[in-house]
Amino acid sequence: MSDVPPHNSIYKTDKLIASDIDAYLNVHQHKSLLRFITCGSVDDGKSTLIGRLLYDSKMIFEDQLATLESDSKRMGTQGQEIDFALLVDGLAAEREQGITIDVAYRFFATEKRKFIVADCPGHEQYTRNMVTGASTADLAVILIDARKGVLLQTRRHSYLAKLLGIRNIVLAVNKMDLIDYNQAKYDAIVAEYTSFANSIGIDDFTAMPISGFKGDNITERSVHMPWYTGQPLITHLETVALDNDADQTKALRMPVQWVNRPNLDFRGFSGQIATGTLRPGDSIRVLPSGKTSTITKIVTLDGELSEAVAGQSVTLCFADEIDCSRGDVIAAADNPPEMSDQFESTIVWMADEALVPGRAYWLKLGTQTVSATVQSPKYAISVNNMEHMAAKTLELNAIGVAEILTDKAIVFEPYVNNHVLGGYILIDKITNATVAAGMLHFSLRRAQNVHWQATDIGREAHAALKNQKPKILWFTGLSGSGKSTIANEVEKTLNLLNRHTFLLDGDNIRHGLNKDLGFTETDRIENIRRVGEVAKLMADAGLIVLTAFISPFRAERDMVRAMMPEGEFIEIFVDTPLEVAEARDVKGLYKKARAGQLKNFTGIDSPYEPPENPDIRVNTVEMSAAEAAEHIVRQLMPLK
Amino acid sequence: MTKTLTHLARLEAEAIHIMREVVAEADKPVMLYSVGKDSAVMLHLARKAFYPAPPPFPLLHIDTTWKFKAMYALREKAARDAGMELLVHQNPEAHARGINPFDHGSLHTDMWKTQGLKQALDRYGFDVAFGGARRDEEKSRAKERIFSFRTATHIWDPKNQRPELWNLYNARKAKAESIRVFPISNWTELDIWQYIHLENIEIVPLYFSAPRPTVTRDGMLLMVDDERFPLKKGEVPVERSIRFRTLGCYPLTGAVESMASTLPEVIQEMLLTTTSERQGRAIDHDQAASMEKKKQEGYF
Repeated sequence: MSDVPPHNSIYKTDKLIASDIDAYLNVHQHKSLLRFITCGSVDDGKSTLIGRLLYDSKMIFEDQLATLESDSKRMGTQGQEIDFALLVDGLAAEREQGITIDVAYRFFATEKRKFIVADCPGHEQYTRNMVTGASTADLAVILIDARKGVLLQTRRHSYLAKLLGIRNIVLAVNKMDLIDYNQAKYDAIVAEYTSFANSIGIDDFTAMPISGFKGDNITERSVHMPWYTGQPLITHLETVALDNDADQTKALRMPVQWVNRPNLDFRGFSGQIATGTLRPGDSIRVLPSGKTSTITKIVTLDGELSEAVAGQSVTLCFADEIDCSRGDVIAAADNPPEMSDQFESTIVWMADEALVPGRAYWLKLGTQTVSATVQSPKYAISVNNMEHMAAKTLELNAIGVAEILTDKAIVFEPYVNNHVLGGYILIDKITNATVAAGMLHFSLRRAQNVHWQATDIGREAHAALKNQKPKILWFTGLSGSGKSTIANEVEKTLNLLNRHTFLLDGDNIRHGLNKDLGFTETDRIENIRRVGEVAKLMADAGLIVLTAFISPFRAERDMVRAMMPEGEFIEIFVDTPLEVAEARDVKGLYKKARAGQLKNFTGIDSPYEPPENPDIRVNTVEMSAAEAAEHIVRQLMPLK
Repeated sequence: MTKTLTHLARLEAEAIHIMREVVAEADKPVMLYSVGKDSAVMLHLARKAFYPAPPPFPLLHIDTTWKFKAMYALREKAARDAGMELLVHQNPEAHARGINPFDHGSLHTDMWKTQGLKQALDRYGFDVAFGGARRDEEKSRAKERIFSFRTATHIWDPKNQRPELWNLYNARKAKAESIRVFPISNWTELDIWQYIHLENIEIVPLYFSAPRPTVTRDGMLLMVDDERFPLKKGEVPVERSIRFRTLGCYPLTGAVESMASTLPEVIQEMLLTTTSERQGRAIDHDQAASMEKKKQEGYF
């Protein structure tokens, strides 16, 4: 025991334990709980720091200490001194290799708080492990080796902590003993970190100079650094604000886990309150149904409660027999969350098998499980420099931003506001593995939030005045098939017939409304979605709308059809074989595409899905444009 | 006004949340019940999670026939009080071969507990089994998931465990695969004792000090609980004031000399003690990293 470094116990209550155990228990019963994460590699002294915290708070017993001493000498990592890191490096294989490869959870307590530490190793798998550990943390301790300063991994850790919404960041500049407790060097590191932190949106953090090995500024202010006026690490951890307290001040949200129905006389709804506070008498709204009721009681084994707060697991009874089941969310009646089925989201990929855009995964958010597809990422984010990079998919440990679509609307809130209703996991439908974690940014369907405003002059009135039936004549076909030419002919004929028309042409729309879109699959889908919406508005105004777009994907054409009343969407397939269209090559585009100068060109390196049952089909090999137009107009009659 | 929840309130809420998730998503869950203090806390939490309904799953005791008498007595009472069905499984093969802790050492644990547990899960077709393991018990458990996946042959593959984010648990699995779920993973030994004290939970009297017949062997203090205890030549049981910090099979569990006869006194002694909880169990001393190896084989 002679080579154990001197230490100060965090348990100053030793005496109280011996003299008055009841008083001690009373103190301990009122401790709060802080979960935090430590980021850094073995080289930064992370394991040593955690070992030190456990040791100082008497979480290490004599038998463990004996093992530790013999292990320390055998491994020889710290000479003859105790290597605290050996206390926390878990699985046998890892101990041999000297690295940790998974998130480990450690526990210690002081007089004021109990702590759960998520110990995340560095090296490969880093992102996956740290994101996992950070998801439940109130605070992150980012360790820096004072000799090395702000490194790539410091930036990476900070970015991930910010990404997971950790509000409290501690920059622990470790191994100060090895730079002679030099203030100037410490200040320089903090200054460098400050500018970096600000650049990624971390406005506030707490920096402190420490030595995990020697115990400086851990439990007590270090005598070696009188220039440091802040708190020692433990004091900071004991007093920092808890996320759980902040969650109580938000609007009520409780995902329903289970309906408790032991007999016909009792029906309760069980769940853990995500945010807010509730009392009997409070008005609530159940989503997605939107039905409202009043809480009559909060039932527990210990009797009914007069109040329950975020973090508690409770069972609620309502005044009315309204539908409510697993997956529903109980919310404040006057302030319910949104619902949507289309989101922008950050996604962290956690599986060896990469993301397949368009493939259906299970998405679990709160107690809701739905089928979801992820679009091709808008971009991936480098964890090293936070730069955006083009990406077609996301590999293990990659982070990206993508649109995600669910097969039915879910109750959600942006992750920044609510981790329970904004954080989700994706599950592979075949292997059942958890393949990704995601954080919702916002809904891409504003409509959920915006209520339809009824107007007195409806679409029938508009159409009646024009003495016509509104329609969308949707021309689809390859580039150079003749869509624009034929549509133009059709419009001329309709105009002569005194019909009110408007022609939306692909190239023209891309000059204005859709000039922000390119030709990737995702952009093409958005292009058609917008055109569909515009066409629908014009049809509502009573017009006969002609659209001339390649619109290569069946799914999007069907999407527009689904937006329209039965019979108003006329799909016109301008059927021109690729060889013919390519031979015509009016705009010289096929030539460019073949030369590799145009990417994602339909028919060349991007697919065209021909309509299976078009309403009208015209064969441009056998007919001229004028003949095709005449054929189409004849099919449209009567127009009233 | 915010009301800061105590650490015990948050641990309780977390455990209840986990139990409800399992009941909502599992086909046929069961709670493993060993009659020890951790099991007592688990049972209490289950009653809280589903009140006023009784917990919607049975209790399963993997019986080695070598538990202390006082444990068998409490087992029946606890299940009755909770209004739950109690299933008891004893490995028939271990029975037939007369496997016992005195003659067979670690084979005793393997046959009665590890194999017995697999047999029982297969026999009843349980797909999720709640266990009372805690991360603070042993170093290799610090990385154990709350939802721990086992193959159809009950093997724990460390590489195939799922990341657990927020309070989201993925309970999906293929047919014949199973999950062990540990709702009190984040509790420490002190939390357990504190909670038993606070909630007034009934535990086996062996946790409290009383004069009991004992012998000392290999530095361990063993209690002579019944006539099956084979006394060595010249060995005479001595009455000592002892209690147990953990309870397993009686000849494998070492007692400590103690005067702590009330719960606060037990906690006091625990806090002032200088050896870790599992030291009293012969099982951990078998070999280095032994718990980890047993886990891979299917022991809890």
